[in-house]
Amino acid sequence: MKIELRNIHKFFGPVHANNNITLSIPSGSIQGLLGENGAGKSTLMKILSGYLRPDRGEILLDGKPLVLNSPADAIRAGIGMLHQDPLDFPPMKVLDNFMMGYPRGLGLPKREAREALLSLAEQFGFSLDPDAYVDTLTIGERQQLEILRLLWLGAKILIFDEPTTGISAQQKEKLFAALRRLASEGKTIIFVTHKLEEVEVLCDRVAVLRAGKLVGEAYPPYNLDDLVRMMFGKVISKGKRIEIPLGKPVLQVKDLAVEDYRLRIEGVNLEVREGEVIGLAGMEGSGQRHLLRACAGLIRPVGGEIWVDGENMTGKTYHSFLRKGVAYLPADRMKEGLVPGLTLSEHFALAQEQTGFVIDRAAVLKRTEEHIKRFNIRGRPDSTVESLSGGNQQRALLALLRPNLRLILMEHPTRGLDMESAIWVWNTLKERCRQRTAIFFMSSDLEEILHYSDRILVFFGGRVSEPLDARTTTVEQLGQLIGGRGFESQPEAAREVAK
Amino acid sequence: MSKQLERWGFVLLATLVALIFTSFVLVLAGASPVAAYWYILKGSLGSWTKISDVMVAWVPLLLATAGLLVTFAAGQWNIGVEGQIVLGAIFTTWVMRSLQHTNTPAAIVLILAFIAGAFGGAIWSAFAGILKVYGGVNEIFGGLGLDFVAVALILWLIFGPWKRPGIGSMSGTEPFPHRLWLPTIHGTRLSLWALAIGLVSIGVVYFLLTGTYFGLKLKAVGRNPKAAYLMGIPTTKYLMGAFIISGIFAGLAGAVQVTAVYHRLIPAISSGYGWLGLMVSMLINFQAAWAAPVTFFFAALNIGSIQLPIMLKLDSSLSGVLQGALVLSFLLLEGARRRWVKRREEAKNE
Ligand SMILES: Nc1ncnc2c1ncn2[C@@H]1O[C@H](COP(=O)(O)OP(=O)(O)OP(=O)(O)O)[C@@H](O)[C@H]1O
Ligand SMILES: [Mg+2]
Repeated sequence: MKIELRNIHKFFGPVHANNNITLSIPSGSIQGLLGENGAGKSTLMKILSGYLRPDRGEILLDGKPLVLNSPADAIRAGIGMLHQDPLDFPPMKVLDNFMMGYPRGLGLPKREAREALLSLAEQFGFSLDPDAYVDTLTIGERQQLEILRLLWLGAKILIFDEPTTGISAQQKEKLFAALRRLASEGKTIIFVTHKLEEVEVLCDRVAVLRAGKLVGEAYPPYNLDDLVRMMFGKVISKGKRIEIPLGKPVLQVKDLAVEDYRLRIEGVNLEVREGEVIGLAGMEGSGQRHLLRACAGLIRPVGGEIWVDGENMTGKTYHSFLRKGVAYLPADRMKEGLVPGLTLSEHFALAQEQTGFVIDRAAVLKRTEEHIKRFNIRGRPDSTVESLSGGNQQRALLALLRPNLRLILMEHPTRGLDMESAIWVWNTLKERCRQRTAIFFMSSDLEEILHYSDRILVFFGGRVSEPLDARTTTVEQLGQLIGGRGFESQPEAAREVAK
Repeated sequence: MSKQLERWGFVLLATLVALIFTSFVLVLAGASPVAAYWYILKGSLGSWTKISDVMVAWVPLLLATAGLLVTFAAGQWNIGVEGQIVLGAIFTTWVMRSLQHTNTPAAIVLILAFIAGAFGGAIWSAFAGILKVYGGVNEIFGGLGLDFVAVALILWLIFGPWKRPGIGSMSGTEPFPHRLWLPTIHGTRLSLWALAIGLVSIGVVYFLLTGTYFGLKLKAVGRNPKAAYLMGIPTTKYLMGAFIISGIFAGLAGAVQVTAVYHRLIPAISSGYGWLGLMVSMLINFQAAWAAPVTFFFAALNIGSIQLPIMLKLDSSLSGVLQGALVLSFLLLEGARRRWVKRREEAKNE
């Protein structure tokens, strides 16, 4: 089906999130939608899928005007959306989730649904257990489930809002294959992202948004520099590796073992020095998160020791780590990082070193305004955090980190950030390194790991590699290790010795 | 400016809806609504004595609400206020009984009695907190359970160890000697001391919740405990703190009831002020700024409707109908208003 968006406007108070957007998308194609953080991509897509109503403008489907008052209307018209921050999944079974929203309501044919789910999953090479509980699935699997559900509901237009954040490389391959196949079957795919590589390999056409306006469209072969210029209004690049001289050890990990019901990692030995950046690579769920959380005191190790600045911190609580200058940045912004309902300035009041009992509102406001400016957060001091765009929530989270930390532990520090912001964030992080902070982070972006780390640990199914030198490692080598190749020999041997 | 106007328009409308509903109930009961409202008004604000009676009821309600606002800020449904008021009353009575026949100065006895009351409420609330924080028992269940235990305890005391010479009765324990009554304004039952405690308490809570780091952290813990913990807030301490503070205010309510109103322990010492406080909290959308006027209004309804059985042969629980209807119509209209505001904002830009 052919979609036309005509002169779409959307305001949030003073913010003009969509400004006169006109775009037409032919059926059977993969339409990319690029734009920096807060450009208005999610807003536009929410309008197209019935979650938001445009203030002005209209939507035409195959030339016929379409009025959407709710997501259910959109589904009825064949439009389905996968959200950027997946809505909370209740602890229900995969099959029940799959059947949710099915229009026939009661008297739902459960057996039929199960067969439909299994056959659809097979077509796309997804392996989903209908009886598993949704909250045990990875983000990638939830996404697969959601795709199948929307297809079963008869969606002909599928919108993906930054679908590649948080999923593994394999899942990404499968996702792309599925999208290509859906397009070849005549379905219309809209793919929202700020990653140029993804546009390059996947999209038949791309539209670029900046500050709420449609600034241009492009077709393959793409000129990436042009796209960057359209997105940001200027040319940007990652720049050279920044080398920072290392100081004395901050974090020492000695023969550490951590486990939960699924996974055990053991025999980790590592020393992180002032100014050093260590990147943790591996598929989601291979143990990186365990190590990070253990080093923050969020999980108690089952063996070995953790020392911070020469003090044995093994078994101490997260708050004692915090007092030693160790900070932790979680990946799930709205669940663990920010407090919905509180404003930006309330967050800054909470995050700062507190003097006294009474909140000095004027001082907090000033501080908040400074940080909003410095971190380029699109929002006001009195904006609640949930009203910020995904990327701006991430900036807020980074802005909340206290000054003068010894060690920063981060899950996906630039997830959801556009290129310019990611570079900017790393510049500020490296600035902290110069002030002798050590950084320990995990990421699914291999380029990010190679470019910003000094040393890299690769995780595979709970096993941890020896530290690799980032300067001499290539993306290919790293990719192979992450897939488990070359793993059997070296760390296994180390494990044998350890026993 | 127009926003203020809108807000008041909303309050008026919601009140009107509640009045219409209650009038309907009255008509069904065969009474004249106009007459009923007139008697309520006369019975609550008709004379200085009546007004002072309203204030007597206002104080414990104010205290219960003050405590509840603290636990609500921390995202907790502290259903156990009733029991906390009872425990406050029991502890107060215990101190009074122990010291009434000694020659300790009355002021000292009363001060100790109030401290004990606050302590009793705090302990009972802390139990609910411990069950929640360390035992994983939902605070609503814990609170309800503790309410029952408190009622059992007070009945046992009144009919057992503390019974009047001769026989225990529902009319409570032996009254304290006159010199240990909290002094009241001449000719009324109102104690300025009690009133001051109530007003200061709500002021303290308002300040705590809107102006201090403590209040802000409490809100963070209430809305997202995981994020609050990662920000370095000791979440369990704050949750326990909220329960304890809330219990202190409830305990003070019990102490006021014993020392200033009944001068003894009676079975119905809490008089349902805990439940009423919960209703008020919901009605004012947990905003401390509104607590004082709205609790006053509720107290007036309670006192005013005492007249109804005599004058109109209606049950005095009519005030409860009106209070419940108010809460429901506010909640309902608030939902409608939000949708309307959203729609209008969308329309504004067309
Ligand atoms: N519910 C809302 N209330 C107020 N402002 C909002 C709301 N949703 C979005 N905005 C604002 O609208 C603008 C566009 O947001 P949008 O979420 O569409 O950005 P985006 O292009 O998806 O960015 P990102 O890449 O960071 O996800 C931002 O400035 C954002 O703060
Ligand atoms: Mg977005």
